[in-house]
Amino acid sequence: MTAREDILSRIRAALQDSPQAPQIPREYRAASELDMDALIELLVDRLVDYKAQVAVVPETEVPARIASLLDGARSFVVPEGFDAGWLAGTGDDGGSRRRVDSPAAPLSVAELDGIDAVVTGSAVAVAETGTIILDGSANQGRRAISLVPDHHICVVKAADITGILPEALGRIDGTRPITMISGPSATSDIELERVEGVHGPRRLDVIIAR
Amino acid sequence: MTTFLGMPALPAFGSGNLFAGESFPTAAHRELGNAQLRANLGHATHTIRDKRQAVVAELPDWEQLRDAGSAIKQAVMARLPELLEEFETNFTARGGVIHWARDAREANEIVAGLVRDTGETEVVKIKSMATQEIGLNEYLEEQGIGAFETDLAELIVQLDHDKPSHILVPAIHKNRTEIRDIFLREMPGADPALTDDPSVLAMAAREHLRRKFLTAKVAVSGANFALADSGTLAVVESEGNGRMCLTLPETLITVMGIEKLLPTWQDLEVFMQLLPRSSTGERMNPYTSLWTGVTEGDGPQNVHLVLLDNGRSAALADEMGRSALHCIRCSACMNVCPVYERTGGHAYGSTYPGPIGAILSPLLTGIEAEENNSLPYASSLCGACYDACPVKINIPDILVHLRSVDVDSKRGKKKVPSQMDVGMKAASWALSSGKRLGLVEKGLPLGRLAAGPDRKITKLPGIAAGWTQSRDIPAPPAQSFRDWWAKEHRNAGGAPGTPGTPEAGPSRTLSPDTKETPQ
Ligand code: SF4
Repeated sequence: MTAREDILSRIRAALQDSPQAPQIPREYRAASELDMDALIELLVDRLVDYKAQVAVVPETEVPARIASLLDGARSFVVPEGFDAGWLAGTGDDGGSRRRVDSPAAPLSVAELDGIDAVVTGSAVAVAETGTIILDGSANQGRRAISLVPDHHICVVKAADITGILPEALGRIDGTRPITMISGPSATSDIELERVEGVHGPRRLDVIIAR
Repeated sequence: MTTFLGMPALPAFGSGNLFAGESFPTAAHRELGNAQLRANLGHATHTIRDKRQAVVAELPDWEQLRDAGSAIKQAVMARLPELLEEFETNFTARGGVIHWARDAREANEIVAGLVRDTGETEVVKIKSMATQEIGLNEYLEEQGIGAFETDLAELIVQLDHDKPSHILVPAIHKNRTEIRDIFLREMPGADPALTDDPSVLAMAAREHLRRKFLTAKVAVSGANFALADSGTLAVVESEGNGRMCLTLPETLITVMGIEKLLPTWQDLEVFMQLLPRSSTGERMNPYTSLWTGVTEGDGPQNVHLVLLDNGRSAALADEMGRSALHCIRCSACMNVCPVYERTGGHAYGSTYPGPIGAILSPLLTGIEAEENNSLPYASSLCGACYDACPVKINIPDILVHLRSVDVDSKRGKKKVPSQMDVGMKAASWALSSGKRLGLVEKGLPLGRLAAGPDRKITKLPGIAAGWTQSRDIPAPPAQSFRDWWAKEHRNAGGAPGTPGTPEAGPSRTLSPDTKETPQ
């Protein structure tokens, strides 16, 4: 008997009392009732609590904001589908400072390691938990680009902010490669003292575009 | 249990790091003598406990989420064969490869074989209970494959050739100075001027592991959840070492217990609310990664999953104990357990310490395994673990159930009545009549005599010696409650409820355990 058949038959034998799967009670909250302003305020509060830097700006000011955050970076990477207009302020269109990554033409891990910052969009955010979800869409790119550079600048559109997790997961296709980010990398393994930034980007800047 | 041939099948118990090396009382006795360990643990468990309480209180629907989580897991167990097949179909359809492992040995061999096929001799590892359970690192080492733990706490434990003491914060028994010394001793190229500041130590670990991450070709992980309807796996973590391992190498090998399934993508919304709050006391952990087979151009292109039985089917066969498999390894039960807080994780022997370990280990190995038959007694049955458990596993009930299974299994083995049998008979004789009890209580002053001037009994004979091995018993009161009551009511003017002499008051007859009720 293969291990597969063996294990499945053991499980069937273990369930010979035929337990019934219960009805799942889903009385927990399915949606929040906050309006846009309250959602933004809550998300900012949570992100700041995780030691992320947050700016809420009108969409027209996103390029200036990105440019100023990238001021000290010698190089940065963007996914191929990132809104080029948002990079207008960086003065690097086609220049050597800006690197473009895509699944078809990926940068190597070593190349990413030499790049100071990364700019991405996001799929959806959860205000209550301060979580930003990336799903690998064209404006977010491969998982590696938001991981290896030390500084992650992430743009969240106000329309993509949800109140609670069930609303956010409801908007996502689970079969995509998904990364959920709540603040920058952190550890509490030494005497439970929280230290921000271990292996992931040590700096997370969130720009909320409204 | 019967097989398709109608023959009774032997339950297939687990192997690997599931056994205590010594009985719980012996190990606990030794660990209790370690004051540093107790201080570190006490601080840690109380801190996490308070944080958890605060973030749980924020959610108006916490109890509804627990109800849903508990029901979902019940459904998973009831439908396990079909859910495993559904998951297999979906994961495989997207380019993942599934392997099945009956026990620790088989799982280890599969992983080693997969690593060998890549031609590599090193793997980076994400902290995982399943791979610890099967002793994967040790096995790979024997096969000439180096396995590098990348979680900071696991790294500390591995560098120190020690064992984890807590499932969430495995190095919690070490303080910063000890950790600095370990780094200086075991980390090649560590800066001799390293201080014991946690942020300095964390950056030293970053330096140490960075090259490994960026060059590793193979990674090994566990998984927190597997979603049957989409074929998706999830890893929940904080440091980003998980993302490094799950994203950068070419080959990813995941080892997961068969019980970790959830039926649908929607169920994730329940568990991603329950898990982070219950474990680290955070609203959400910094990073969660989800992958479904292979994504072209993004992440590992060779993706394997080893589905592990190792005693889980045997645990499933125990109708009462089955729900121990609902565990999502949040560690909330450990942080509230008065026994764990004092003995620490090492006393439980197996990979799974604390209240969940006390039921899960004997269920996976069979209570007949002598190494683990003392574990169900490692509890005061105060119920704090049940209250804390996000999926409502009734640990106290299962403990009592396993104690009775243990007694039954021993009864079958011996003819002569044990001291326990004799004692229980005597107690039932005495307690069945007020007159007899009064007679027995006349013996109380004798006990005081035995206690001596410090009013403590430090050594009881026979079976009761187990109780005094690691604690003292206060001397019995000078008079019994019945005597006190009779006297109070005979004495004129003594209003009901007026306490007698402090020493003779009824409160003094409470057992030491009653102090341990949960707050
Ligand atoms: S038994 Fe419950 S509380 Fe304990 S680790 Fe498992 S899920 Fe958490």
